[in-house]
Amino acid sequence: MLAEIGYGILVVAFFVALYSVGAAVYGERTKSASLVESARRAMLLIWPLITLSAGTLIYLLITNHFEVSFVYEVTSREMPTYLKVTAWWGGQAGSLVFWSWLMSAFAALVTLRKWDRDREFLPWVIVVTSLTTAFFLGLVVFYENPFARYWQTVDGQIITSMLAPLNTVAFFPSDGRGLNPLLRHPGMIIHPPMLYLGFVSFVIPYAFAMAALITGRTDDRWIRLTRRWTLWAWLFLSFGLVLGSRWAYDVLGWGGFWGWDPVEIAALMPWLTGTAFLHSVMIQEKRGLLKQWNMILIILTYALVIFGTFLTRSGVLSSVHAFAQSAIGPAFFVFIGVTFVSSIALLIYRWPELRGETELNSLLSREALFLLNNLLFISVLVVCFWGVIFPLISELVTGQKVTVGPPFYDRATAPLFATLMLLMGVAPLSAWGHSTVKTLGRALWKSTLVALFVTTIIFFTYTKNAIALIGFFLVALVLLVTFQEFWRASRARMKAQNENFITALLTLISRNRRRYGGYIIHVSMMLMAVGILGINIFQIQTQGTLPVNGSVKLGDYTVKYESIAQFNGPDNRQVTRAVVGVYDRNGSYLGELHPRIDYYPDAQQNMTIPGERATLQDDLYVLLVDWQPASANGATFKVFVNPLVNWLWIGAFVFLFGILVAAWPEREAEYVPERSRRAHQTSAAD
Amino acid sequence: MKLRKILHITYVILLLVFALAQTRTASAQNPTPSDDEVNRIAHQLYCPVCENTPLDVCPTEACRQWRDLIRQQLTQGKTEDQIKQYFVEQYGARVLAEPPRTGLNWLVYVLPPLLILAGAIFLLRAMQAWTKPAQASAKITPALSEGGSSKNEEPKDEYIVRLEEELKKRK
Repeated sequence: MLAEIGYGILVVAFFVALYSVGAAVYGERTKSASLVESARRAMLLIWPLITLSAGTLIYLLITNHFEVSFVYEVTSREMPTYLKVTAWWGGQAGSLVFWSWLMSAFAALVTLRKWDRDREFLPWVIVVTSLTTAFFLGLVVFYENPFARYWQTVDGQIITSMLAPLNTVAFFPSDGRGLNPLLRHPGMIIHPPMLYLGFVSFVIPYAFAMAALITGRTDDRWIRLTRRWTLWAWLFLSFGLVLGSRWAYDVLGWGGFWGWDPVEIAALMPWLTGTAFLHSVMIQEKRGLLKQWNMILIILTYALVIFGTFLTRSGVLSSVHAFAQSAIGPAFFVFIGVTFVSSIALLIYRWPELRGETELNSLLSREALFLLNNLLFISVLVVCFWGVIFPLISELVTGQKVTVGPPFYDRATAPLFATLMLLMGVAPLSAWGHSTVKTLGRALWKSTLVALFVTTIIFFTYTKNAIALIGFFLVALVLLVTFQEFWRASRARMKAQNENFITALLTLISRNRRRYGGYIIHVSMMLMAVGILGINIFQIQTQGTLPVNGSVKLGDYTVKYESIAQFNGPDNRQVTRAVVGVYDRNGSYLGELHPRIDYYPDAQQNMTIPGERATLQDDLYVLLVDWQPASANGATFKVFVNPLVNWLWIGAFVFLFGILVAAWPEREAEYVPERSRRAHQTSAAD
Repeated sequence: MKLRKILHITYVILLLVFALAQTRTASAQNPTPSDDEVNRIAHQLYCPVCENTPLDVCPTEACRQWRDLIRQQLTQGKTEDQIKQYFVEQYGARVLAEPPRTGLNWLVYVLPPLLILAGAIFLLRAMQAWTKPAQASAKITPALSEGGSSKNEEPKDEYIVRLEEELKKRK
């Protein structure tokens, strides 16, 4: 009964979404404000509807309704309740409901904003967001129904279907298969929601962009309206990526955090275009340039959001044939194709109206450097896109499967990322409109000298690896330039306002939050770069089988195998946990680590959880690879030393802080000067 | 008699030395490969059954057997390239971390640099096109383009034109 109710509500939500699209279009065409208002309310209704349906699904998950095939596939009796709840997004059908639920929440939020100033956008924003929601709801309603149940025919066959087929009785499995153990980690519980939030919230700026194209109101109003949305979208997406990396580091047990897996790249691609977009909208706001390009970027971002979901959801990555067999693959394909082509068509239609308002004055001006930044982000995107797509093309054309793995991406993207870092160092010093080699050089030479000096010290004390040295030089340069910017501006305030340094710095940041938030983000990127350089270039590892009290040396550490024990953990795990002692170079005892293997009988799967010892200098990362139960005197360990990797996670926290500085809602009053300027222009023309 | 004894002892010593030498050379040919040596090669190979998982970290039983295979082949004295070649012959090119540089696969290496180069050229052209009119107008009205850092200071006639346009749009 509950399953029928949950499914029924989803069907209703689907039709409500379609209605809001129809009503918005028709209301706009017939200039009927009440019809548009009805569309708006319909869109507002979708979220509570999906919430109800999702509540039903969660109830089924918690109460072990294994006759529902989705419940059977992702939960088991032994699972703790909170995991049963998060199993909601642990499987295909549920995660599509989850996607729609988040999408509709954002749609509801956007309908609740004040529209009086931007009435003409409203119908088209409704059309785009509701259409996207309707697409995902349609996938759930027609192809991937989480409420479908098991039915048994007279000859014992099990059929999955929503409604009882003829001559069948409901079938109740006694227990479910349980959630994939990989997904039972706290990181995996927060990571998908974050990523999805990032995905769906990028739909909003896209919707406004489309509304601007359709209505022909092609000034930068849509950009100003969506500035904060975009920042929040970027925050969620970035954090989804970071959490995913941390999860991989803690759970996948291979000593790294990023493996250039297509699933990772699927989430990285919209981030790349989104980041380019964040930068290039500033050129449009300040200089009235790049209107066409910004449209392209937001269209690309939207397309890549859907494409990323498609890649991970359709099974296309494992094989082109899996894609053809999956029901939702072709549907996705059509949706991406239709939205992309129609967006581009609209853009071409409005192309002449989107010409730049001013010219570029210098190839070293900030806007020119921003353009270079955009080129680099798009270049990384090209590498990623092609690397993900090529195996599919190869399989289609020659029937041969190939892997495009880390060596390819590392080689192709490293120089691009290095150039981006260089830009991060130079661009903040260049002026809008005008910069010459001379002005830039004057602003840059001190930082460059100090950065060179730092690099020399690193050369003599830490490493002689050329790539690492280039990396560290760039990190030092960017940090110095950024701090110099903070220092210079605060000093100016200290003099002018007679404030102390702290007050000056704080008012400075609060007065221009986007700029200084952005600089804090640059700093965080550099901290992350230190971690990435560290683990990629200096990681060392060894593996060996040790008797009890035997030890293995790696880098400055000695790891001694002390004991092993087996016991039953919560969530029905069989835990095999080793105790290893860690000693430093001089033989002093540093503490013990507990690498372990968790065996999940319901899923018949092992999880290898590392023992980690984190310091600012490095991470000691010990994995229990294997052990001999019979003699109990030998265990195989894999030991990694990952230098500097913790700066990556520290950088992530700084990043969060920076983006909150930039994106925290401001009072509406801040917009007044902008509007009064417009009003002033209007009255001037009169 | 004495000589025979000496000869005999010499013979035994020679035999021993020879035998020792032989075991030495034998062990030089077939040392037991360490886990690290196995992993170094396994890391460059991709699990033929799981998606995108390097063989050195793959936890499945199948991969454990494949690692043992690498160990065996190392013991037989095969080189890294021979072992990789063996895996390619058995399971196809997908076990390599990158597509082999043959035929269609060249596309994966050639296309991105070409596209990026094209993008760079396009950007440079576009920037030149944008810069030229500004420089041309700078010759005529240097005072105006000097302060081109904000929209408000654009040439006056253009300013009014834009204002008119915006007003039209509003109505």
